[in-house]
Amino acid sequence: MAIQKWRHKDLLDVSYLSNEEILLILDNAKRFQEVNLRAVKKVPTLKGKTVTLFFSEPSTRTRLSFDTAAKRLSADTFALGKAGSSVQKGESLKDTALTLQAMHPDIIVIRDSSSGAAQFLAERLDCSIVNGGDGWHAHPTQALLDAFSLREAWKGEFAGKTLLILGDINHSRVARSNINWLTRFGVKVRICSPKTLLPRYLDDFPVEVYSDLHKAVQGVDAVMCLRLQLERQAAGLLPDLGDYSRRYCLTHKHLQDAKPGAKILHPGPMNRGLEISDEIADCADSLVLNQVSAGVATRMAVLYLYGTRNDGITLNPQVGE
Amino acid sequence: MILFKNAAYLGKTVDLLITENAEENTKMGFSFAEDDFHKHYQNYGSNYGKQGGRIVELKENITAPENCTVIDMAGKVLFPSLIDVHVHFRDPGMEWKEDINTGLEAALHGGYSHVFCMANTSPVNDNAGIVRYMLEKARNTHPHGPFLHPVAAATLGLKGEALTPLGEMAEAGCTVVSNDGVPLTSTEIVRRVMEYGSDLDMLFVDHCEDPFLARGAHMNEGKLSAKLGVKGQPDIGEALQVGRDIMLSEYLQIPVHICHVSCRKSLDLIRRAKERGVDVTAETCPHYLLLDENAIDNYNTNAKVNPPLRVWDDVLAMREGVKSGLIDCLITDHAPHSAQEKENPLDMVPNGISGLDTALTLLWKLVGEGVLTQEDIVRAYTVNPGKRFKVPYNSFAKGDVADFFFFDPSFEWVVNKENFHSKSANTPFLGQTLKGRVCTHYLGGKKVF
Repeated sequence: MAIQKWRHKDLLDVSYLSNEEILLILDNAKRFQEVNLRAVKKVPTLKGKTVTLFFSEPSTRTRLSFDTAAKRLSADTFALGKAGSSVQKGESLKDTALTLQAMHPDIIVIRDSSSGAAQFLAERLDCSIVNGGDGWHAHPTQALLDAFSLREAWKGEFAGKTLLILGDINHSRVARSNINWLTRFGVKVRICSPKTLLPRYLDDFPVEVYSDLHKAVQGVDAVMCLRLQLERQAAGLLPDLGDYSRRYCLTHKHLQDAKPGAKILHPGPMNRGLEISDEIADCADSLVLNQVSAGVATRMAVLYLYGTRNDGITLNPQVGE
Repeated sequence: MILFKNAAYLGKTVDLLITENAEENTKMGFSFAEDDFHKHYQNYGSNYGKQGGRIVELKENITAPENCTVIDMAGKVLFPSLIDVHVHFRDPGMEWKEDINTGLEAALHGGYSHVFCMANTSPVNDNAGIVRYMLEKARNTHPHGPFLHPVAAATLGLKGEALTPLGEMAEAGCTVVSNDGVPLTSTEIVRRVMEYGSDLDMLFVDHCEDPFLARGAHMNEGKLSAKLGVKGQPDIGEALQVGRDIMLSEYLQIPVHICHVSCRKSLDLIRRAKERGVDVTAETCPHYLLLDENAIDNYNTNAKVNPPLRVWDDVLAMREGVKSGLIDCLITDHAPHSAQEKENPLDMVPNGISGLDTALTLLWKLVGEGVLTQEDIVRAYTVNPGKRFKVPYNSFAKGDVADFFFFDPSFEWVVNKENFHSKSANTPFLGQTLKGRVCTHYLGGKKVF
């Protein structure tokens, strides 16, 4: 394959990527997946480059996943959280960002509770910004790793498949980013949620909306469960968690109406017994742990493409051994 | 006397003759009632009242009387000075955004004779001491106007709990009462404010926003808020309180004025209320006539305002509302914020648009597009607010106060901080090149710039 130059400075959402670009990321992720299975899991691709992980919102797996990905590409990583940073002392996001930039990182991965925070940095900084999740808006690397996992599970066939996204859609950046690429790749997307957790206006989301989980799972090829943030109940959007799980916890009983072998996804961390039952979380068709492995490989692909712009000068990752 | 020749007014070429001083006023036989306004504004030591210039005549081809200055105003558009019944000057307490001096400078250069300042200062304008401070500062910085009218807070600290001492505030010069941008949750409190204020002849002005439906929102609830992942507030959040105020007004037989209407649903309620004779008036801002929610796409914080920019159907409704007179007053809701406060993620920034520098230019743009006429602007930005808020206004009738300005419709300028008289240029029109600006302003027959 001819080398395709990477034209993007930032990864703000999958909506900015063409289908071909998404596939290029997934192809690269596939190669890195193999690197991750070797005894020596490191390639020199980003040697001498710096990746700053700027996570002002709590995150374990995304941060660890990016950190692992960057280190396996031989980049130096620095992590900055809200606690212990000057953000807590009242410094504005802009000033913190400019301070980070003055240390000349090549990529800043940002996780922030404000929708639009990644774009805010991208408009002001020269280095690449990779969105590690901004508010309710977007979580592109989660969507890409889900794409990777489904591509493997479905053997590259997306068109004609049906996938159900179950849970708190309104407050979910995972749902927004996934709906975008899934529908573009020909996957029929259903969403199932109580109305209190749905956006009032869904005109721009080409999805089918269900409030009854039994109906929503009929004939689906995969179910993507979302994590229910416990503060939604405190905010009065749900009567109590028991009532929610009675209506929306994915159990074996529901899955009997899905296609045989329907895959289960969850971005984690899971609330077992609340949005997903134990038996489903641990079943053979659960991709939950595959998603975690895919996360490292996909983020390696993202850091590789944004860190080198695929300029053809940097070493091919397969030469790294 | 001064004779202005060849200005354009309501589509005609006219001349305008004014007096400049008491002697000329006496000669013209103008009489002066010591009304409430003059009682307050003798404090200003201004050139109003007996001393101030008055309108003698406005018509085509006036012959200059003896000893009269003649000024040619060909190519310029004549306007009576504007009256903005809803601005925020941030003084006392947040002078980095705006202060009374810069706010009045922006008003002066924007074409205004009177501005009503909302009470959300720090401390809140909830006692006569603050009223006196504001009036004194305005008198010192702008003795010849524009005139500042402090709006009394409806409740102490705008907390929605206890009534403010409206008696002493009325005595100090307040004629309007409002809880400003902190919507009153208790309908009982609204009722008592209206009742207590009406005894003092104070007009109750209300920012309508359901405090629960709109809680934590940063924009309109619609397709775009769903896409951006930002909490929105529905238009009915506004309309619900509009309905409440109309019902109270009708029940109590006390007038009410609805702040910055932004949506068709509110307008429908106001239309029906007016049709059955309720004493309700309403206002809107240029941005609700020009922009819909798409202005906030890409997390444009300069388009974050409360009430939020709605959808295009609402923009069309607001335009019809101004044309039909359903919307009585045009205002800016001038809400300055420093650039650094607006340079943050959308959910972190304060609401508000700085409007005094651009309002007339934007309205003139709508005249150019055939949406409004100059008559609409004069009615909604001078005559109606003058009547409803009881301040002297100029309708170019003989003896009217000589508050007017000339607008250069061909002057091109870029919306930026350098071209603003306000301290803050937080506006969704930032960076645009606009056409038309006020070039000369007279208050009480005196040239103020």
